[in-house]
Parts: sequence; C-alpha cells; structure tokens
Amino acid sequence: MAEMTKVAVDSLDTLEEKLTQEMGYDDHFHEHHHGDKYQSNFLTTYIFSTDHKMIGRQFLITGIFWALMGAMMSLVFRLQLGFPEADLAWLKPVLGKWIQVNDAGIGKLDPEFYYALVTIHGTVLVFFVLTAGLSGTFSNLLIPLQIGARDMASPLLNAFSYWFFFLASVVMFLSLFLSTGPFSGGWTAYPPLSALPQASEGSGAGMTMWIVAMAFFIVSALLGGINYITTVLNLRTKGMNLWRMPLTIWAFFITAIIGVLSFPVLLSGVLLLMFDRSMGTSFYLSEIVVGGQILDRIGGSPILYQHLFWFLGHPEVYIIILPAMGIVSEVLSVHARKPIFGYRAMVLSMLAIAFLSFIVWAHHMFMAGVNPFISNFFVIFTLIIAVPSAVKVFNWISTVYGSNFRFNSASLFALGFVSLFISGGLTGIFLGNSSIDVQLHDTYFVVAHFHIVMGVAAFFGMFAGIYHWFPKMFGRFMNETLGKIHFWGTLIGSYAVFWPMHYTGMAGVPRRYYDAGASFDSFRHFTELNQFITVAAIIVFFLQVVFVVNFFYSIFNGRKLTTKNPWGANTLEWTTPIQPGHGNWPGKIPAVQRWAYDYSKGGQEYVPQYVPLREGEYDHGH
Amino acid sequence: MAQVVQREYRSSHIHPLKFALWVGIASIVMMFGAFTSAYLVRRAAGNWYEFKLPDVFWGSTFVILLSSWTLHASYRAFNRGVEHLYKRLLTATLALGLLFVGLQYAGWQAMTAMGATFTVNPSSSFIYVISGVHALHVLGGIAALIVALIYAFVLPFKPTPRRRLRFQLVVHYWHFVDVLWVYLFVFFLVQSP
Ligand code: HEM
Ligand SMILES: [Cu+2]
Repeated sequence: MAEMTKVAVDSLDTLEEKLTQEMGYDDHFHEHHHGDKYQSNFLTTYIFSTDHKMIGRQFLITGIFWALMGAMMSLVFRLQLGFPEADLAWLKPVLGKWIQVNDAGIGKLDPEFYYALVTIHGTVLVFFVLTAGLSGTFSNLLIPLQIGARDMASPLLNAFSYWFFFLASVVMFLSLFLSTGPFSGGWTAYPPLSALPQASEGSGAGMTMWIVAMAFFIVSALLGGINYITTVLNLRTKGMNLWRMPLTIWAFFITAIIGVLSFPVLLSGVLLLMFDRSMGTSFYLSEIVVGGQILDRIGGSPILYQHLFWFLGHPEVYIIILPAMGIVSEVLSVHARKPIFGYRAMVLSMLAIAFLSFIVWAHHMFMAGVNPFISNFFVIFTLIIAVPSAVKVFNWISTVYGSNFRFNSASLFALGFVSLFISGGLTGIFLGNSSIDVQLHDTYFVVAHFHIVMGVAAFFGMFAGIYHWFPKMFGRFMNETLGKIHFWGTLIGSYAVFWPMHYTGMAGVPRRYYDAGASFDSFRHFTELNQFITVAAIIVFFLQVVFVVNFFYSIFNGRKLTTKNPWGANTLEWTTPIQPGHGNWPGKIPAVQRWAYDYSKGGQEYVPQYVPLREGEYDHGH
Repeated sequence: MAQVVQREYRSSHIHPLKFALWVGIASIVMMFGAFTSAYLVRRAAGNWYEFKLPDVFWGSTFVILLSSWTLHASYRAFNRGVEHLYKRLLTATLALGLLFVGLQYAGWQAMTAMGATFTVNPSSSFIYVISGVHALHVLGGIAALIVALIYAFVLPFKPTPRRRLRFQLVVHYWHFVDVLWVYLFVFFLVQSP
C-alpha cells in the first residue's frame, strides 16, 4: 500500500514536470535573473531581502516577537485583576519603578502602568500581530506561490512594507522605556486622553511615539495592500482566472482592498489628532478643564474622532479575521480530502462581509451619545453581517461533514477556529442590539466577545496556517505531538479564560478598571472567578511557549520534507521545489487547468490544479 | 527592481505599476473623503465661524488646471517625437506646480491676515490642514516632475515603452492631484458664505 502511494506520488511529480514543460508559461525569467544576484550574501538574503518568501518570514518572526510581548503584558495585568492583594515585588527587576514597594515590602503594580499595559497589549496584538503578523506573513508567502507568480508586482515596495513595519515596531518598543511610560489611554486612543499631553502620564511622549509608530504602520499596511491587490489582479499564471483562485487568495485580496480603503481614514483622524496635540487646534477638543485649569479650546468634538477611528476600526477587525477565514477554508478542504463546500458562496460572503464592514462602525458608539434613530440603521446592518458569517460557518461544517478527516495540528486548529467563530459571533448579535448594549457596553462581555471571535479565533487561523505551510516555509515539519498538546491546551484554556468573562460582563463589571473586582462590593463574589481566569491565562501562556519552542526547534531540527507535496494538496505552491529559490519555479511556471478543490474526484484522491480537464469533465472555475 | 513580467496571454494591457498607482490613488481619495466628511460632521455640531475664502485660491486653481494642460501637451509632444516642445512644456509644468504651491501659501497668509488663523476655530483649521495635506501631495508630484525633467535633459531623447510608462505614471498622478484640488476648492466654496 505504502509502495503504491509512493508510485502514485512519483508519477504525479513527473506528470507535473511534463505538463509544465509542455503547457507551462515561459516568461524567460531566469534568462534575466542570472545567478540570483539578490540573494548573494547574508544581508541581502536574510535582512534586506526583496524576495516575498523571506519577507513573509520576516513578518512572521516579528509578529511572534510582539505576540510574546503582548502576552507577557497580559499576564502582568491579569495578575493584578486576579490577585489584587498579591505581592508583585518579584517583578521589580523587570518593571522597575512601575512596581511600587511599600514599607511592608509589598510590591504593587502602578495603576498608571496598568493602563499602559492594556493599551499597548491591545495595540500590538490588533495591529502588529494579527494584522502584520497574520496578513503580512501569509499574503507575502502565498500570493505569488498560489497564483503562479515569480514575486510581488513590486518586490521593492514589498520590502519597504516590511521595513516600515519594523520602524513602527522599534518606535513602539522604545516607548515602553519612557520615564512617563507608553501611551495609556486605550488602544482606540480616544481624545481627550490622547489629545492633551497633560491629561495623563502616558499622554505625553508616550502618545507621541504611539502616533509615530502607528503612522509608520499605516504606511506599511498601505504599501503591502497596494502590492497584494496589484499582484493578484495582474500576475496570475496562465489559466488562473479569478474563479480558480484558492480561497486563501480571495481572502488576502479582499483584506487588502479593505485595508487600502480604510487605513487612510485612520491616517486622517490621527493627523487631526496630531494638530490638536501640538498646534493648538480644536478638532476634537471642546471646553475642557484639566487639573483645575481651563483650556482655551472651543468647539471641537471628541465624537468626530470616534467616527473616524471606527470607520477604520470595524473594517480592521475583518482585516484580521478574513485571512484567517481563507486559511481555514483551504486547510479544512485539504485535510478533509473534500472540495470546499459552496466555493462561490464563500467568495460572495467574504465580499458581502467586506462591504457591510464599512457601514456598521457606529455600533461601537451606541453609548457615545449618537442619535438613537441613527443607531437603528447601524443595528440593522450589524445584524445583517450575521448572514454571510453564518453562510461561511455552514460551508465549513459541510466541508468537514462525512469526510475522511485527517486530524493533525493544522486541521485541528482550523476546526477550533470554526468553534470559536461561532461562539464569539453569537455574542456579537447581543452587542449589536443597541438596547442590550446599554447594559453590556464597556463591560467584560465586550472583552469576551472580541477576544473569542477575533483574538483567539484569528490566532487559531494563524496557527493552522503555520502548521500547514511550515514545510513550505522551512522545508521541515513541526513536531505533531507538541502541536496537538498546543492545540488542545489552547482550545480548552482560551475558553476557560474568556467564557467566564461573559458572566462578569453581564453583571456589569466594567472593562479597563484597575481593580473593579476588589473595590466594588457588588462584584466581590467574582474574586474566585477572576483568580480562575488568571490561572487559566498563565497556563495558556506556557502552552504558547511550547509552540514557540516547537517552531524554532523545527526550523533547524524538524523532520525533513522528502516530497514536494506532503499534504497531497492541489494548489501551486506545492509544485515548487522543496526550498524554492528566487523566482519560485526553476523553469516555466505551471499553467492552471482547473479550480483548486478537486479532492476525491473521479477515483483520485486529489487532482492538482495543473492537471488538464478530462473529456467531459466539469470545471468549477468558470 | 519592479517585477516587469510581460504576460502575453492577458487580454488587459494595463501595466501592473500603473494599476498599483491607481490603487494608491484610491486610498488617497479615501483620505480626503475622510477629511471632508469630518468637516461636514464637525460643522453640523455648531460653534462654527463663517468666513469668505480668499480670492488667491481662484488663482491657484487656475494655475494647477493650466499645469495639467501643459503636462498633457508635453506628453503628446513626447509621443509625436517633438523633443523641444516636450522639454519646454515639461519645464513649464514644473514652474506652474511650484507657483501653485506658492499661491496656496499666499492663500494661507491671506486667511491669517483676515483673522481666520490656524487655531481660532475648526472651520479655518480644517482648511489649513486639508489644503496643506493636498499641497504635500503636490510636492510629491513635483518631485516626480523633477525626476522626469532629469530624464528629459540628461538622457538622449528616445521614446521607449519603458520611458513612456514612467512618464505616464507622472502624468496620471499629476492630473489626479489637480482634480483633487478642484474637488476640494469647490467643496470649500460651497461651504463658505
Ligand atoms: C455577527 C457578527 C458580529 C456582531 C454583530 C458584532 C457586534 C459588535 C458590537 C455591537 C460591538 C460593540 C460592543 C460595545 O462596545 O458595546 C462589538 C465589539 C467588538 N467586536 Fe464585534 N461583532 C461581530 C463580529 C465580530 C468579529 C468577526 C470581530 C473580529 C474579527 C469582532 C471584533 C470586535 C471587537 C475588536 C470589538 C471591541 C472593540 C473595543 O471596544 O475595543 N466582532 N462587536
Ligand atoms: Cu465592529
């Protein structure tokens, strides 16, 4: 049996070579690019690379760095929330003056720094990890490989995209060491806390560096997005029409469109904020008293900032989740050995979600004093998003249903994603009703909602992608046993962390309070629940350490790949050599003959995209 | 190095770089869309000083429209192979572009002189910020024009496809910042008494 599959695989490989030779597309690439001059030394190979595969890895590793930073910050503030009486003096060597040790030798987290921690945790996870680390990594790695292109439309702008992200990272990181601390007004940076340097400690230099970092980040996102869109539309190989593209590509493409249209709006908003901060304008500031002093600002509107912020902010959550959805669709189909159910419905629902994401932003502002009649409009569109979301969930389940599912780390994380997306999506429907939101707004219910549906779910999509494409990135496999421990621990642990928050939130425990549990009598009965959450969070953190160790260990010592196409997948990235060089394919680019999802078809387990249609065979890609 | 891969099986002939430019333009449009929407939202909230837009802005509008025309004519001369016209009109475009920025500056000074200073009220702050960010985009275009001029005067005159493409990129962007200003100007005019 093993012998037989081996023969089958060998013959597919020779078939692929033969077909590419006969029908592939010859762009004379290698005649122009002699001897890989771009990758001739260490610096140009690993650091200032313009190769999309290396840039993808750079995004990934920077993302992992920030994920660890963000996670460690969350441990510190979770300790404060779960064990407000505990002695944190042992953290003094790391946090320095932010741990105040009293006469009795008991160390306490500085409340000011607690706010800084939640702010920077939110900012870096939303933007640096789940946007740059997720979409940056996989758009870069997969767009050229899966559409059959040599590289991005502009490899140079692509490298700039990474380097602007790197600059943003450096500035944000340095802001952690300011004597007044990093910005502390929440990841949404609402004025007046963000607009008045004297408003709080972090509002001074911390906020200035936050703005600079975000401006670099926006430039990075725009350069990346412009490149992704252009590449998808212009550099597809022969035969790869839009309806033959894998769902990953559709997802990255739609994500990039959302980004290119919404990030500039944030840039406008932040620019006006900068003028309010340093030039004395009052776009967002009206009559205001700080520390007993009346400021001479008149007529500005803080709500205006919220509109501009959430016009990006809501699309941003879909910028985070759509790539994860694309990855999950692909990974589920490959490991279920079944065509994705409802391919077109998958694409159309992503387009619908993208469109709707631009007209629901005010559901974050129901309680900010916007006109309740205008709220109704946003309630309706918000609830309509549940429809395309449900279509996607239905299709994932139908894809898996009745299949010969291969349970491995990648596919388990993809399944976990579906579970989390359902759980978190359901609570969104509660929040989307402006009347229920009166009770739930700014409570732990919102924290639970977005961590499950966005935070953890997007991480699961990212993990599914990493385990699945690790062989393509590094030519080796990650360890499966550790991967499964990572999966089960993280799934159970994350639910243990975030599920209870729904209850504290419904009871009204506000988010962003230094000691909401301890200083309000009505919340005192949540003390043990809060301790439970904190312990679960610590366990989940150590499971991520298992992942990181597995990741870096496997880069150098993982089991080596022996075939080009270890998962038996149909997409083009698996037709490149095990370690593809500059230009991805050594000779011609394979031509595409069919869609990406012919699994278990006509007696064959999988029919790759380069195999021509047989007589009378139906092509889905039309 | 741009990835200039010719793909003869494609039916559409738009070059990837030109396409990328237009995607970038779409995002600039969103940025100014946000500015002008913010203007409207803020205005509707009251506490808004009304003032008349200085006349200098009529002049700058005329100048930038003229510069689009000279650039277009220069591009046509380039295609027809009329070298001296191409160079002269390109130089004229650069001069008009610089004049535009100068006139915008004069416009801001006129506003300050009539009391509509940068910080007195959002109604004037918005105009400084929006026209200022627009002027920055024009300066980007001027940088591109300077590069085009260096090409024109340093390299031997040869309308190769590659040079035509580069020139087209400059032309498209310049027309875009022109149209963008016209939109902003009309927007401000409609808003002011
Ligand atoms: C059926 C779909 C969904 C609905 C109806 C929905 C609704 C809402 C509403 C009304 C809020 C505001 C709650 C408040 O502040 O009082 C909210 C918050 C949030 N949602 Fe959703 N949501 C949905 C799906 C998602 C998805 C898919 C994501 C991300 C991938 C997401 C991410 C967030 C985030 C990040 C916040 C909180 C932002 C903050 O205040 O810090 N939501 N959601
Ligand atoms: Cu939202």
